[in-house]
Amino acid sequence: MTLDRNDVESIAHLARIAIDEADIPDYARDLSNILDLVDEMAREDTADVLPLAHPLDAVQRLRPDIVTEEDRRALFQAGAPAVENGLYLVPKVIE
Amino acid sequence: MEWEPVIGLEIHAQLKTRSKIFSGTSTAFGAAPNTQASAVDLGLPGVLPVLNAEAVRMATMLGIAIDAEVAGRSVFARKNYFYPDLPKGYQISQYELPIVARGHLDITLGDGTTKRVGVTRAHLEEDAGKSLHEDFHGMTGIDLNRAGTPLLEIVSEPDLRSAAEAVAYMKRLHALVRYLGICDGNMQEGSFRCDANVSVRPRGREAFGTRAEIKNLNSFRFIERAINHEIERQIDLIEGGGTMIQETRLYDPERDETRPMRTKEEANDYRYFPDPDLLPVEIDRAFIEEVRATLPELPDAKAARFESAYALAAAEAAVLTGSRELADYYETAVEHSGGQAKLCANWVTGELAAALNRSERNIDDCPVGPRALGGLVARIHDGTISGKIAKQVFEAMWAGEGDADAVIESRGLRQVTDSGAIEGMVDEVIAANPEQVEQFRAGRDKVLGFFVGQVMKASGGKANPKQVNELLRKKLAG
Amino acid sequence: MHDKSIAEMSAALAGREVSSEELTRHFLARIGELDGALNSFITVTPEKALEQARTADERRARGEAGPLTGIPMAHKDIFCTRGVRTSCGSRMLDNFVSPYDATVVERMSAAGMVMLGKLNMDEFAMGSSNETSYYGPVHNPWQQDHVPGGSSGGSAAAVAARLVPAATATDTGGSIRQPAALCGVTGLKPTYGRVSRYGMIAFASSLDQAGPMTRSAADAAWLLGAMAGFDERDSTCLEHPLEDYPALLDRPLQGLRIGLPREHFGEGLDAETAAAVHQALAVFEAAGATVKEISLAHSMLSVPAYYVVAPAECSSNLSRFDGVRFGYRCEEPVNLEDLYKRSRGEGFGAEVKRRILVGTYALSAGYYDAYYLKAQKVRRLIKDEFGRAFDEVDVIMGPTTPGPAFRIGEKTSDPVAMYLSDIYTIAANLAGLPALSVPAGLVNGLPVGLQMVGNYFDEGRLLGIAHRFQQETDWHRRTPPGFA
Repeated sequence: MTLDRNDVESIAHLARIAIDEADIPDYARDLSNILDLVDEMAREDTADVLPLAHPLDAVQRLRPDIVTEEDRRALFQAGAPAVENGLYLVPKVIE
Repeated sequence: MEWEPVIGLEIHAQLKTRSKIFSGTSTAFGAAPNTQASAVDLGLPGVLPVLNAEAVRMATMLGIAIDAEVAGRSVFARKNYFYPDLPKGYQISQYELPIVARGHLDITLGDGTTKRVGVTRAHLEEDAGKSLHEDFHGMTGIDLNRAGTPLLEIVSEPDLRSAAEAVAYMKRLHALVRYLGICDGNMQEGSFRCDANVSVRPRGREAFGTRAEIKNLNSFRFIERAINHEIERQIDLIEGGGTMIQETRLYDPERDETRPMRTKEEANDYRYFPDPDLLPVEIDRAFIEEVRATLPELPDAKAARFESAYALAAAEAAVLTGSRELADYYETAVEHSGGQAKLCANWVTGELAAALNRSERNIDDCPVGPRALGGLVARIHDGTISGKIAKQVFEAMWAGEGDADAVIESRGLRQVTDSGAIEGMVDEVIAANPEQVEQFRAGRDKVLGFFVGQVMKASGGKANPKQVNELLRKKLAG
Repeated sequence: MHDKSIAEMSAALAGREVSSEELTRHFLARIGELDGALNSFITVTPEKALEQARTADERRARGEAGPLTGIPMAHKDIFCTRGVRTSCGSRMLDNFVSPYDATVVERMSAAGMVMLGKLNMDEFAMGSSNETSYYGPVHNPWQQDHVPGGSSGGSAAAVAARLVPAATATDTGGSIRQPAALCGVTGLKPTYGRVSRYGMIAFASSLDQAGPMTRSAADAAWLLGAMAGFDERDSTCLEHPLEDYPALLDRPLQGLRIGLPREHFGEGLDAETAAAVHQALAVFEAAGATVKEISLAHSMLSVPAYYVVAPAECSSNLSRFDGVRFGYRCEEPVNLEDLYKRSRGEGFGAEVKRRILVGTYALSAGYYDAYYLKAQKVRRLIKDEFGRAFDEVDVIMGPTTPGPAFRIGEKTSDPVAMYLSDIYTIAANLAGLPALSVPAGLVNGLPVGLQMVGNYFDEGRLLGIAHRFQQETDWHRRTPPGFA
């Protein structure tokens, strides 16, 4: 699988990662090489194989519906990039 | 050309758990911003989700109540997208294997007929936080208290054919989740929200038209208006030679219109995949039966019981079972009225409903409690007061003057049944109106009404009308 | 003092030959003196360490000390440590002071161990050479122009150089075993679900597992006993009974059935490394074990499957680093999209970005089936193949890596060549099996490792086998020149 400039740009947009214009060819090459490595899987016939999402055959454990957390806003916001009146600030969101 | 609307609803019901779906943080509404946002809710590096048992139980309750399949195995998946109110950059939801699938809900249409609406699926997911757009120097503030509140997203089949049907379905579901006690149904606070998928097609055609999704419908009134508006917009567009595009639109209640959301229309690619931090949820038959045994009486069953046990009309029973609180109120009132089911029904759906409406109150904060109303009905039935005086007593009770007996006593409203006293008043009225006596005796029966009115007036409304009538007829004939 | 085993240090502390404070000062001094050449630490926490050491000494004075009380150690900087910077080797978290402790950190503290600091690592544990760290590469103590392996390169180098008696590490595709092999130490990746992942910054959630990095299997047994066990905060952590690992080390090798996957001895394996592994196997045979060739043909697809599963999970796991609530935020974002893109573009290094992009692609519409689903199916084949192998053998052995450490910079321009250095280790992660690496020889003055893969929850057995091997050999006692 070979990715071109447009592919890299659209994936980078989906992943919200800015990539320098000059680095795009390197990314395109490296990602294409990685996908070539990955494409080796194609030689294995897996038509009748069930996908395995998790190494263990375990079942989700359930937590009792109890409030165990208390307010630790001051601690959590101590290292936040921008906070005002207890709110995290981001550039204006337009819907 | 005649157009037929096709509507499907996606309803998000916040589940009434104490703690969040994947953390032990309180879900209480109205706390100061981000004081109910724990490490897990904030998506701090390294934190992990653990599923709330109560959310699973509540989803199972709904599944049973809508006669759906409760999945033996369901899987949480991540829906990936970036938005500041979504702390982890993904929402934990269910995708390929939801906890509830293939159910239905019966709704009553305007003409009294019943329609069965399919429920495609209901899945568990976490709510997002809130973006506050008030001006923080041109910035948006993010409050994550709501992030991680459990939601049950209930998706209907595109079975609805008008805005009215959509509203009827939504009201039915609203009543149901409240009956089940799994959602408080508070639409102002966003506990029960709706997105509508709307399209139109020429009547008779099978294929669906292109649909628009309308977001942010948070009252029954808005839903009806928004859907009607959208139907008209689509018909106008198509008849004007335009082409529908699939898009998401936002309803603006102030302008009463829908408009396309301003987010750039990039195709959403949510990259769903099974959440590796969570394992498959397994539900066995025994658990389903255990939950089934704890289900309260549901609206349909309750309405049927009301019809037979209280000899009510179907429409009356439907109104009284519209909410669990109203039904409970009614039954308590009947119990305290000495079994006057019919009279209680009249009062609850009549005087009481009107008073609530006027004061914009709900049944659960009604100033006249069900025992008090039952007491009032009992006094009507035993003849202590007339129906007319009862309205006066009710108003006083509403104003906080005590129960029916106290008001009747303090205001001296007890019905006069002493025949001697009534006879005296009748005699006085006859003596004072010789002209009308003549008319009556000449055969004008209607004049009797005049005499009744005069006697009641003289008694301050307290004379027993039946006795007054009998006495007048006897005396005037004499 | 720094060459003593954990059991010996524990005995010295118990016999009041040394105090925890003295021991802590000794190792802090070594770090100060020797780590400049290695760069194995990102953060050293002397004050906190001495405070913990004094607390440990007080505990001991009150008669409340356990076997690990007062023994120094260090955590890979992937574990959240309350009040201490937790960087994960990334610019993204250079300013992140964790408000909470990871479960592993809590348990080590509860055992009374003293944390000396946080160890260097590949950024977000993505790398096999420790060259992707924002804090610069770690140098292999054996030859300082060589890599220590990765991603737990700091843990391996610090233990090998006797800067710490033991360290925690994590392994997603070989990140404990590969650096352990390249630095000549013992590293154990437990069964998936054996150790809590809570507070361990996620790379690939279905593969990540924490484990100990020590000089010997006996030391690893002590560490594992302290860190493993059920944690209600991690849904994937299992309620499987713990064994008393240190007590069960002495197991006979007589009758042990060893499987050698022929695919792990084929093309690509350095001849001298192969010779070292065969010599190690001869030790087992001499002790009464039988060796038999097996085939793990599907596991040769583990690298391709891994480079779908791991990037897919990481692309989602790393979405939370968005410059909003913690971590790096770019200067003066002009709008929300700019905030996201530049914070992430500037906060992440090249390898992390590559993997996020690969994972994003593999999960995107139209490619999910061909990549993600396919990889999950291959994963099933690999797991099932191991299941069949363990019907025939008790343990699977082979080289941990295709060869000894390579030079710093040698593979940085070719990601795929770098990925292939984990070719023998990745399958155990995909299957969730326990595996460890022990030092098995020196090739041109650089250590090579013997890998052992066990059946589910066979950590105790693996440690016993490794311990017996270390009774017969002294590779694990060799010290890098200049660090004696």
